Amino acid sequence: MNRRGPLYFGVFLLLLLSVGFGQSWNVALGILNLCLISAIMSLGVNIQWGYAGLFNVGVMGFTALGGLAAVLISMPPVKEAWSAGGAGIGLSLLGLLITVLVVVFVRRKTPKVFRFWATLLVILVGMILIRLVYTPAVERIEAINPAFSGYLGGLNLPITLSWVAGGLIAAGAGWLIGRITLGLRADYLAIATLGISEIILAVMKYEEWLTRGVKNVTGLPRPVPYEVDLMASEGFVSLAGGLGAEVDTAASIVVKLCYAALFVFVLATILWLSERALKSPWGRMMRAIRDNRDAASAMGKDVKARHLQVFVLGCAVCGIAGAMLTTLDGQLTPTSYIPMRFTFLIWVMVIIGGSGNNWGAVLGGFVIWFLWIEAEPLGNWFMQTITLFMQDGYWLKDHLIAGAAYTRLILMGAILLLVMRFAPRGLIPER
Amino acid sequence: MDILNALVLFANFVFVPATAYGAQLALGALGVTLIYGILRFANFAHGELMAFGAMAVILCTWTLQDMGINLGPLPTALLALPVGIFVAAIMALLTDRYVFRFYRLKKSDPIVFSIASVGVMFVMAGLIRVIIGPDDQSFADGARFIITAREFREMTGLREGLAIRQTQVITIVVALLVMALLFWFLQKTRSGKAMRAYSDNEDLALLSGIDPDRVVRIAWIITAVLATIAGTLYGLDKTYKPFIFQQILLPIFASAILGGVGQPVGAILGGFLVAYSEVTLTYAYKKFLAYLGPEGWVPDSLMQFLSTDYKFAVSFIILVAVLLVRPTGIIRGKVI
Repeated sequence: MNRRGPLYFGVFLLLLLSVGFGQSWNVALGILNLCLISAIMSLGVNIQWGYAGLFNVGVMGFTALGGLAAVLISMPPVKEAWSAGGAGIGLSLLGLLITVLVVVFVRRKTPKVFRFWATLLVILVGMILIRLVYTPAVERIEAINPAFSGYLGGLNLPITLSWVAGGLIAAGAGWLIGRITLGLRADYLAIATLGISEIILAVMKYEEWLTRGVKNVTGLPRPVPYEVDLMASEGFVSLAGGLGAEVDTAASIVVKLCYAALFVFVLATILWLSERALKSPWGRMMRAIRDNRDAASAMGKDVKARHLQVFVLGCAVCGIAGAMLTTLDGQLTPTSYIPMRFTFLIWVMVIIGGSGNNWGAVLGGFVIWFLWIEAEPLGNWFMQTITLFMQDGYWLKDHLIAGAAYTRLILMGAILLLVMRFAPRGLIPER
Repeated sequence: MDILNALVLFANFVFVPATAYGAQLALGALGVTLIYGILRFANFAHGELMAFGAMAVILCTWTLQDMGINLGPLPTALLALPVGIFVAAIMALLTDRYVFRFYRLKKSDPIVFSIASVGVMFVMAGLIRVIIGPDDQSFADGARFIITAREFREMTGLREGLAIRQTQVITIVVALLVMALLFWFLQKTRSGKAMRAYSDNEDLALLSGIDPDRVVRIAWIITAVLATIAGTLYGLDKTYKPFIFQQILLPIFASAILGGVGQPVGAILGGFLVAYSEVTLTYAYKKFLAYLGPEGWVPDSLMQFLSTDYKFAVSFIILVAVLLVRPTGIIRGKVI
């Protein structure tokens, strides 16, 4: 961090405090929690872009996988669904594995002329066979109490475990996609990750046996106490009374503070590890590869393997953040994942903060999320002001005020473009 | 066995819609590939440029409709196209002047251009949503069908009908016209030749006295023309919703890469290939096979390879297959 770094963080803290005093502490803490999660996502992207120069446009997919992990770990299993279709699903997964193995085998053994057609044939046969068990199993699972479950459920483990699991699942997906696209030209990775994120989302939207799809999974268990329980406990009520606060406000503030403490712990751990990694010989090697891959390769560094490694690590961090986000929301809503918010906004954070600098990425996450939220009142105010001279009920006035929410997109784009042009190294430059 | 009915069914649900969709993708991919060829970066704002141009067309169409001007059986949007193209071209030139030119002069990495295009995407997306809103907009008018399913059945006496919507025919005709014009421009005119030279070898082109700013300007104008037409045709044929244009980016990129980046012919080929694979793989063949099988036999399942929900997966799988097998695309394209 340079000398201005602490200053920026101080300004951010002041902004947050002003929201606390001006609007409400509930809002301020709500923003803070999402700022913390955004900072983790932006750390993940910074690991890929800042350390290695990899352009990942599929952040949304990896965060969504983290969200999926939260459901799979924490929700209670649906026993009837398991007995009705569990075997079928297991068999289908086994079939998928066998198909992949056969494809690999066939591609190794057949002469080049037939390779494409042989692969196609194996995939087709495999798909048809899997379908035979998969479709009826899915139908049976989704038929069980569709209004409340209709899916397999999870493992009924503490939800904080899912933060680890989310990281692992995202890392696995990152490994797969990295194996295919790393080592090819740079923007292929971008487009391929864009694709994988759309597919992950499609799976989460439409495979109801897994995620309940668009019916959403709600009521995920929490790692922190519930507001109602707090309000029911006498000790808390008397404590809140002693501080002169209203009980329900105090309860929701305490809950948010608990979340914030957990998130700060995770963020601090990841930040510490990232800083250690960046300052280690490994970090110097990564930067050497980023700045001149030919020279690094000539020095005997395996560029492709290092890229794969750093890509997987970054994806894992995004997955952790995704699981945390779903934990905070208490529900998984696949339709809420849109690329603007979950991919490109994270990119704005990294670029603004200062790519290659972990503290910068964290600051970027804080600042941009704060602006993203506060841009709404700002946009409203802006539209109100420029339509002040218009008469009430005039169509243009209503139209502009209705569109005020979208000025935040313009603001984010403008910030990104301005920073890229006039301060391309970001708020806290790499060195 | 009833081959005729099966073929009509196939044409109605697969061939005709996929051809129209392919034409739209091809136009989109042409724009992406042109920018790739001349400015050498993946333009993530292309979908928004399509939406922006189509938005201008829609606003102009509404004005014309209010004034009572129309083209009779043809959609009024065709009349509004030049206005939309003009607006989109101005937008594209402005973004180039105030965003991309700076990096071009600095000779930045292609990835930096791509990230800048993300910024442009944000601004354009915001503008579109402020101006026209995030919802569905309908602007199609004129006759709906060239031939309806019932008319076709009465005409031929077959059990299956073939409905051809007017927008589908317009899409294909306009797309073919635009492609022909583009190739004429690239092959025969001085500016077109300059563009090809610049795309093939920048240094040699500069040595021969080709003005790079002019080439870039023309590339943006052509891209705006293609994007506006593609966006409008897509909106006429399906629906205009700003969010759709972010999703359609993936099949468009897949088409451009499949055909060979920087290759106009490849982009067209890629667009149609992606569209046909998407539609054929997500179509349920139950009824089709029932016609081909023995009398009275019907397949038990839907006979669908992939559920329609996964249509974007098809473009992705094509993309991955191309990456693995032939990273340069069908017609050898650039490697950046």
